[in-house]
Amino acid sequence: MNRRTFVLRTVAAAGALGIGWSLLPPRSRHGDRGDIPEDPGEHTLNGWVKIGTDNHVTVIMSKSEMGQGIHTTLAMLLADELDADWSQVRTEMSPLHAIYNNIANVVDGLPFHPDDHGTLQRTAAWFTAKTMRTSGAMITGGSSSVKDLWLPMRQAGASARAMLVAAAADVWKVRANEITVASGILSHGSGRTATFGQMIEPAIQQSLMESAPLKTPDKFTIIGTPKHRIESRAKQDGTATFGIDVVLPDMLYASVVMCPTLGGTVESFDSTATLALPGVRYVTAVDGHNGGTAGVAVIADTPYHAMTAVKTVKVTWEHGAMAGVSSAQLMQQLSESLDFKSGHAYAAHGNVNAALTSAAQIVTAEYRAPYLAHAAMEPINCTVQFKDGRAIVWASTQVPTIARLTAANALGIDTDKVDVRVQFIGGGFGRRLDVDFIGQAAAIAKVTNGVPVQTIWSREEDMRHDFYRPACISQAAAALDSDGNLTAWRSTSASQTLVSAALKRNFGLPGLPIDKTAIEGAFDQPYEYPAARIAHQSVSLAMPVGFWRAVGHSHQAFFTESFMDEVAIAARKDPVAFRVALLKSHSRHARVLMRAATLAKWNTPLPIPLDGTRVGRGIALHESFGSVVAQVAEVAVAADDTFRVTRVLGVIDCGLPVNPALIRQQMEGGIIFALSAALHGEITIENGQVQQGNFNDYQMLRMQDAPQIEVDIIPSTDHPEGVGEPPLPPLAPAVGNALFAATGKRLRTLPLRLSRRPRN
Amino acid sequence: MPVTFTVNGTSRTVDVPADMPLLWVLRDVLDLKGTKFGCGIAQCGACTVHLNGAPTRSCQLPASAVQGARVTTIEGLSPDGSHPLQKAWEELDVPQCGYCQAGQLMSAAALLATTPKPTDAQIDAAMNGNLCRCATYTRIRDGIKKAAGTPRAGSQVGGN
Repeated sequence: MNRRTFVLRTVAAAGALGIGWSLLPPRSRHGDRGDIPEDPGEHTLNGWVKIGTDNHVTVIMSKSEMGQGIHTTLAMLLADELDADWSQVRTEMSPLHAIYNNIANVVDGLPFHPDDHGTLQRTAAWFTAKTMRTSGAMITGGSSSVKDLWLPMRQAGASARAMLVAAAADVWKVRANEITVASGILSHGSGRTATFGQMIEPAIQQSLMESAPLKTPDKFTIIGTPKHRIESRAKQDGTATFGIDVVLPDMLYASVVMCPTLGGTVESFDSTATLALPGVRYVTAVDGHNGGTAGVAVIADTPYHAMTAVKTVKVTWEHGAMAGVSSAQLMQQLSESLDFKSGHAYAAHGNVNAALTSAAQIVTAEYRAPYLAHAAMEPINCTVQFKDGRAIVWASTQVPTIARLTAANALGIDTDKVDVRVQFIGGGFGRRLDVDFIGQAAAIAKVTNGVPVQTIWSREEDMRHDFYRPACISQAAAALDSDGNLTAWRSTSASQTLVSAALKRNFGLPGLPIDKTAIEGAFDQPYEYPAARIAHQSVSLAMPVGFWRAVGHSHQAFFTESFMDEVAIAARKDPVAFRVALLKSHSRHARVLMRAATLAKWNTPLPIPLDGTRVGRGIALHESFGSVVAQVAEVAVAADDTFRVTRVLGVIDCGLPVNPALIRQQMEGGIIFALSAALHGEITIENGQVQQGNFNDYQMLRMQDAPQIEVDIIPSTDHPEGVGEPPLPPLAPAVGNALFAATGKRLRTLPLRLSRRPRN
Repeated sequence: MPVTFTVNGTSRTVDVPADMPLLWVLRDVLDLKGTKFGCGIAQCGACTVHLNGAPTRSCQLPASAVQGARVTTIEGLSPDGSHPLQKAWEELDVPQCGYCQAGQLMSAAALLATTPKPTDAQIDAAMNGNLCRCATYTRIRDGIKKAAGTPRAGSQVGGN
């Protein structure tokens, strides 16, 4: 029994031992009417929907809106089963409650191949789901929101509809099954009609109905149709409230200077001059919370006063474990770990060594990816009021219940004394899965005697005190027979792992022996290798690492799909045909790949420019978060080796496309987000300090660099899968493969650079 | 120092330090939160407002420099969200997280005010100072063209 199997069997056995508990009905995620605050005239039907006598339908949002369009999509799920009219629907953030705990995200984190539906997988998934219902967390992440709420929110809508119908039947003294509902109107054949608003008061007298039947996909009227972003108006007229826009009476503002060396602490500080400055109220040292770095905070009347004054504090730092560490050394440690260790195999079958020994040709390569910052547009901020032993936290966070725990710990109070009000997030990308800034802001609010404080980081502190995408090195080997058929695939990557680090810094829990996020994108791909060993070597380094949009997939896809291209070319086969031959039992993946090839006219060579510009086209296929995406990139390379990505075509199969309009938007944005990382993204370290500080030295694509983008969505009625992250992973390999096609140079290190010359 | 200037058509006098950037005057003295803090060094454009009609990064503009000036923020772009760019933004679903969009709209509005039918190159030049981390650039370009009444590209291919 390998280690992974042992661990999972232990988990499953522990679940089975919960005799009696396992016989209880699954805990409902329906919620109680009393849990949701109501405005006058509003009535709560369950934990997911309120209806007002003014005929508004308010759908309760338990996921954070950070640009992915989830508020629109979740409202669609409930509104469709309710048979509401889309124009009467609005949204409101939920309170914190266990019914909103994310189950899908954690189940997805189990280290199984997507093809694995065996007993072990099912037992572990069942046990995990059961546990998460009671002891999990509210999480927006892992492209899991629709997966998590596809059934609960539709059931909540169907239940609310049934209560309205039952009420109308009582009032009209007719049979419930004679009543129809469409576009927010209840009707009976006798000609009687009522709006939801007219029927809500009798409806709340009805008992909760948790098992109302759900629609079959052919009955959907809202799901599957393109719907505009529900909060778009507020994002066009400046009224959308992000965390940084929260205003409270008498509120003060804090600015923080943290030890420039990650993980460092404050040895001493002199605030005499600072306290004499106008507008400054307090200067206080703050510990590093939840993996963050310690520093000194200046609390003042305005952000301007705080930001100006914080520069005058004289701090002596204790630089800690990262002092003297450089990114070159960290890469060296990753590289050396691969010299001596073969890693933990997440996928292993067939005799890889025998295939390599008897191969007609062996292809080998080493790939590298750097650390990356999230660099969301809204700088890190958090507002806290701590008064009379209770705290309220206003934050742009992806994890409100973990934020509550963190604030409670920082303030030394119980979690039931803390309320968290989630705001719009000005870009998450995984950064707001961490809560270092919540703990810090809570600690700062301890010193202001009940006055609320908004802590705002400068862009430089945001860039230099992130939890970075881990740097990673992967070594791969493939065996080809004399006909150019792939006979074996071996890859071993090395990086820091994420889940252990996050569990330790947020919950004080010991590390897990395995971590899917480190190797996802490599071990879980659909290719039918005759023999394979795909392994990861976990390396413990002091660099703080975190979840960066698409997580392991974001760099493992670059390794896997670039190397696949190398192997196809070594085999003298077309990269599309070579992949299709490895997807005989994976028709979904083959269909997406061939659709992209067809739409991009893969078999028609690109016209060769007369001015000497070299052009090329590259393709990549990748499954992540349940969705399959293929992309074709086209590049134009000038004589001096500077290049542009001119066009990207993407095809996605995300199961049933709940809102095609915003899926298309995620594909477009995800492609360019990934292109920023592929062309520019690199965080470097010297003396334990991040060298980049702002958008001038951590660059991202601007308008002039954005390629032409075309998107196609595969029609499907399968269970809906993730959309926020799957558009990213295939982009870097598609571009790298296109650069090879154009120049014959294989780029194996991110960011992609053909020459040392700066891009124009 | 007292500074008097016109904000969205209304004359306002504020008493602030002379070097306090206009960004913080707008956000924290006048409570106009639509203008956003992004980088503090005029690299991202989230703080873009119109200064006497010209697109200007308010994070680098000291309060002393706006004495007597006419400033327009996103709150003053139109009384009811009906500027042709705002309508195009809604119809084309331009925003994602939305944090940069006030700055994007103010840069785009300044462009259209001087160049009613901009070319792609003119759009690049006018919008290059506005970063969007969600990377909504293709739709921003389409939104400007829609508001200008010029042909757009769009991303839809295939039958779906």
